Amino acid sequence: MQGLVHDLGAFWGTLAGIGLSLLYLVAVLLTVAFILVFDRKVWAAVQMRKGPNVVGPFGLLQSFADFLKFVLKEIVIPSGANKTVFVIAPVITVLTSFMAWAVVPMAPGWGISNMNVGILYILAISSLGIYGIIMGGWASNSKYPFLGALRSAAQMVSYEVSIGFVIVTVLLLVGSLNLTDIVNHQKAGIWDWHAFSFIGAIVHGGSFAKVALGVVTGLIMFMMLWIFFISALAETNRPPFDLPEAESELVAGYQVEYSATLYLLFMMAEYVNIVFMCAMISIMFLGGWNLPWAEVTNPFIGCLVLYVKIWVIFFLFAMVKAIVPRYRYDQLMRIGWKIFLPTTLVAVAVVGAYVAFFGGNA
Amino acid sequence: MSIFQAIKGAAMTDFLGTFVLAMKVYFRRKPTVNYPFEKGPLSPRFRGEHALRRYANGEERCIACKLCEAICPAQAITIEAQPREDGSRRTTRYDIDMTKCIYCGFCQEACPVDAIVEGPNFEYATETREELFYNKERLLSNGDRWEREIAKNLELDAPYR
Repeated sequence: MQGLVHDLGAFWGTLAGIGLSLLYLVAVLLTVAFILVFDRKVWAAVQMRKGPNVVGPFGLLQSFADFLKFVLKEIVIPSGANKTVFVIAPVITVLTSFMAWAVVPMAPGWGISNMNVGILYILAISSLGIYGIIMGGWASNSKYPFLGALRSAAQMVSYEVSIGFVIVTVLLLVGSLNLTDIVNHQKAGIWDWHAFSFIGAIVHGGSFAKVALGVVTGLIMFMMLWIFFISALAETNRPPFDLPEAESELVAGYQVEYSATLYLLFMMAEYVNIVFMCAMISIMFLGGWNLPWAEVTNPFIGCLVLYVKIWVIFFLFAMVKAIVPRYRYDQLMRIGWKIFLPTTLVAVAVVGAYVAFFGGNA
Repeated sequence: MSIFQAIKGAAMTDFLGTFVLAMKVYFRRKPTVNYPFEKGPLSPRFRGEHALRRYANGEERCIACKLCEAICPAQAITIEAQPREDGSRRTTRYDIDMTKCIYCGFCQEACPVDAIVEGPNFEYATETREELFYNKERLLSNGDRWEREIAKNLELDAPYR
């Protein structure tokens, strides 16, 4: 896509870039719309219900009906609220959640930006997203949203640490911060996907020490996948870590005072973030757009493969929501700081050793 | 926390077990009733919206004995009575405040002529509160509308009374 923008010159190139960005945005939003229905359907099926099935065939258009409902409702701004901040907060949340998508490559050569510090950019943007939540909670001028926002922010900050270290293990193996490079590093087949690189260690062979340490590293990477997955659940305030907005206990955490479009923005941002996390998992651990048995060079097929992977991982997100009971807040913090942080630190050390002795970024 | 427990936790055995169980449930037949399109069965004794019945010749059954008014625990019924031109004792006013009613069915138990009954209708939600203050006219029209179902239900329930 960068090539296209270059070829067309400054004016038309910029215009084409904007158009493509919009297209990408709409694609993400449509995915979110259908993934919301899918989420509710999975949740319903596990509870032996049918889920939404009235709007459109099989209830597929439920999200659009919900969207209309939210948009047509009245925006209530509490009289004591700081109006500017109150309105800006959800906008910031939704903007940052979309901005993170800018560096996600959907297929070889398909992506808004092929930034060589993509991972750093993602870490920076996802940290910024927390501001929206804190601002929203604070601007409501009510103690419940404020406490909810603090809990939410504390949770997201805690789990960003372990997510950061998990990403570092991937970076050590790949030797690049560019997301396209990360995918290309796993292009050979399922044995090279970072989640299953313990198979790759055996396949590639070498000295006994290399294979042994490679298998250990591979198993650690498999664990990193799950740590990343669980951290992603906490990071996006999904059940079982949805403490700030626990439906059966609290009202909605930092969103208590929000209604109509502003609430819609918060919720949309949450789901955009979830889909983003699914995309990150498939790109960093599950080979991105590559098939398990071969490399994919056709962008259309690559896009489709990545899309399927996103949906499969989201199915896991939905299942976790349906079957895992909610954690207590102290348990959440214990897992984050006392289990994930030490585990990921050890993992970084072991992967670093593997790369230093045998890897050379391979 | 013992080492064994830690290993079990790291292997996520609990989660995997639950996942398998959930997947088994996932494809089971759903017992959901698609409510506005499908409805569940109702017992003949179901106590829903009230109705005042008439005899087959069109004469209203209620004789204004006020037993229902007396027994109503929520005091939702208000009756005023006067002799009609032909000398028979009839109600001039028969109001039920449906927002007060607790659907206990005492009124239909108390009625000596099966005039006030609770029919099988339960879908009469309104947009305003006032619409739920039923008067005699409304109750009689309910009776006319639901007579077939009400008569059937009374007949089905008769052996058990």
